[in-house]
Amino acid sequence: MATATMDRAKARTGFNAARAVRRYGWTFAVYLLFVVLMVVTVIIKPDYGTFEWNTLTLAALPLAFAAAAQTMVVLSGGIDLSVGPLMALANVLALRAMVGHDLRYSLGVAALVLLVVTIAGAVNGLIIVVTRVPDIVVTLATSFIWAGLALLVLAKPTPGIPFDFQDLAQGSAVSPWIPNALLLLLVVPLVWMPLRRSRAGLSIYAVGSDRNAAFRSGVNLAWSRILAYSACGFFAACGGLALSMTTGIGSPLAGTLYTLSGVSAIVLGGVSLAGGRGGMLGPVGAAYILSLIPAVLIYLGIDPNYGQMIQGLLIVIVVMIGGLGAVLRRA
Amino acid sequence: MSASIAGSLRFVQQRSILVLVALLVALAALIEVIRPGAVNANWVSNILEFAAPLGILAAGQTLVVITGGIDLSVANVATAAAYIMASQAPYGPTRAIVLGLLVGLAVGFVNGLGVALFKVQPLIMTLAMGLVVTGSLNVYGQFARGVPSVPAVVHELGSGTVLGYVPVSLFLWSAIAAALVLGLRGTGFGRLLYALGDNLEATRLAGVHAWQVLLTTYMLCGLFSAVAGIVLAGTVNAADLGLATVLLLPSVAAVVIGGTSIFGGSGSYSGTIVGALILTVLNSVLTLLDVPDPVKQVLYGAIIILLAAAYTRVLGRD
Repeated sequence: MATATMDRAKARTGFNAARAVRRYGWTFAVYLLFVVLMVVTVIIKPDYGTFEWNTLTLAALPLAFAAAAQTMVVLSGGIDLSVGPLMALANVLALRAMVGHDLRYSLGVAALVLLVVTIAGAVNGLIIVVTRVPDIVVTLATSFIWAGLALLVLAKPTPGIPFDFQDLAQGSAVSPWIPNALLLLLVVPLVWMPLRRSRAGLSIYAVGSDRNAAFRSGVNLAWSRILAYSACGFFAACGGLALSMTTGIGSPLAGTLYTLSGVSAIVLGGVSLAGGRGGMLGPVGAAYILSLIPAVLIYLGIDPNYGQMIQGLLIVIVVMIGGLGAVLRRA
Repeated sequence: MSASIAGSLRFVQQRSILVLVALLVALAALIEVIRPGAVNANWVSNILEFAAPLGILAAGQTLVVITGGIDLSVANVATAAAYIMASQAPYGPTRAIVLGLLVGLAVGFVNGLGVALFKVQPLIMTLAMGLVVTGSLNVYGQFARGVPSVPAVVHELGSGTVLGYVPVSLFLWSAIAAALVLGLRGTGFGRLLYALGDNLEATRLAGVHAWQVLLTTYMLCGLFSAVAGIVLAGTVNAADLGLATVLLLPSVAAVVIGGTSIFGGSGSYSGTIVGALILTVLNSVLTLLDVPDPVKQVLYGAIIILLAAAYTRVLGRD
């Protein structure tokens, strides 16, 4: 039934402006805000060049993956407060296995890490489905478990990620303005676009938007939710590996902040926390905005300690405006 | 026969707090088995002393969760209140404590404003406010002169004892507990919290100014968080920028284990009290086991899931 609706939507030709605004307006606003911020940045710092741009893409890469991970779960109507620890787990596993090896070996390790942390994500989903304990409680508790495991793998921050592996993100193979860290983001659409078009992806949206309706349309609720959490684990693993590449170290606590900033990015990116609404473009754009703010503060000569405060205020203001809009529409 | 089983199951379901108390006793027995003689008056006194800040923190959380919300800024607020209290200590304990409590009220006010009037989801509103509070506190910490110190009166409140064993903080906690247990059951405001959590729209249509109730609830939660932070600072006799961070998960877990539905509309503070005690005793068990910290962390998370699962599955609640 769900696919039938989609076919009909596809069959209907012609451009529906109101619907396009409704669907893509927020995402467009996110990228507009990013462009405005970039213009401001260039005005503040006229010698803004490839180095600064490269730094920004490096800073945004792990956050973009954290946002993608959170998006998967939130679309299915859940929330995953263990994204940060999952990233840390991937990060320390990578370091432990990669130290002193060449690129080919490191890539093999990376594949294995992706698998392991995807399974960890699936475990999150499995626990939620089997025990029926609310998502927020389970993932808050598993955040302790993954963080504890990360500490068991590696007790303290240790350098040693092979340079060849770091170069996968730090170099710029195509052009200085298209650094590898930007290209690596292609992993998100490569996974997301086929998934979104598939039956499984559609069922994730269905479960997130109305669980009862999805159940009655024959969607397997349990599998859809576990799939969403697995995909979350996969993107979190990408984020952890991105941390390894961009920082060159393994750190059991490095991921901690990304739970919060990931949620911030998806809210700013227009994903509804109620589930079932939003896409990947917005959160990734929001990750760039959130990474640009600390840089701008430094260019302005302001203490970067204000960064967290400003990030929080930005989110408070955005969600309040969003909420006000909804209230006014209803009235 | 089966009727009597069903009957006893119903008996247990209706008095789930008995199960929790039994679990608490079982945990204490476990400690006694691991290390005979460990469970004595001194141990009980210690447990109560460490459970008090958590119990007070979870008090605010209980109120918010009953209305169907959640407050993820409680730990940040507690830390900020304690730190500001400590850094203002040179100007006298009264001013220090009042300023600390004001932090809680102010953050609670903004949280409530966002949730009640702007209809922002509690999760994201409080998460973002937590970020704002911690960010502001870091900036404040850089500018604040002098070493933060805990006033003697707060230290006495957090770690003093009466008659050798009864912690001073227990009196404060008991007062809060009595007010909450009676208030939730017997006052109009208390009943409104359940009504809002059960069905916000119906409550509004019944003529309740829902936003006023929600705003008050979040402000109370902020206030309780600030109190908890100040008591905690007294217990450990120090206030740093990460003082109460570790209490976020336990504050939610105590509420959930205590039988309050995370979806709102049902629950009680008496359950939360037992939940907070169980978590504190659990910590004590893990400390006694003498395992490395990371293993402790893993076990703690796993046990919280098991407890919550047992609650949801066995007692048929969620």
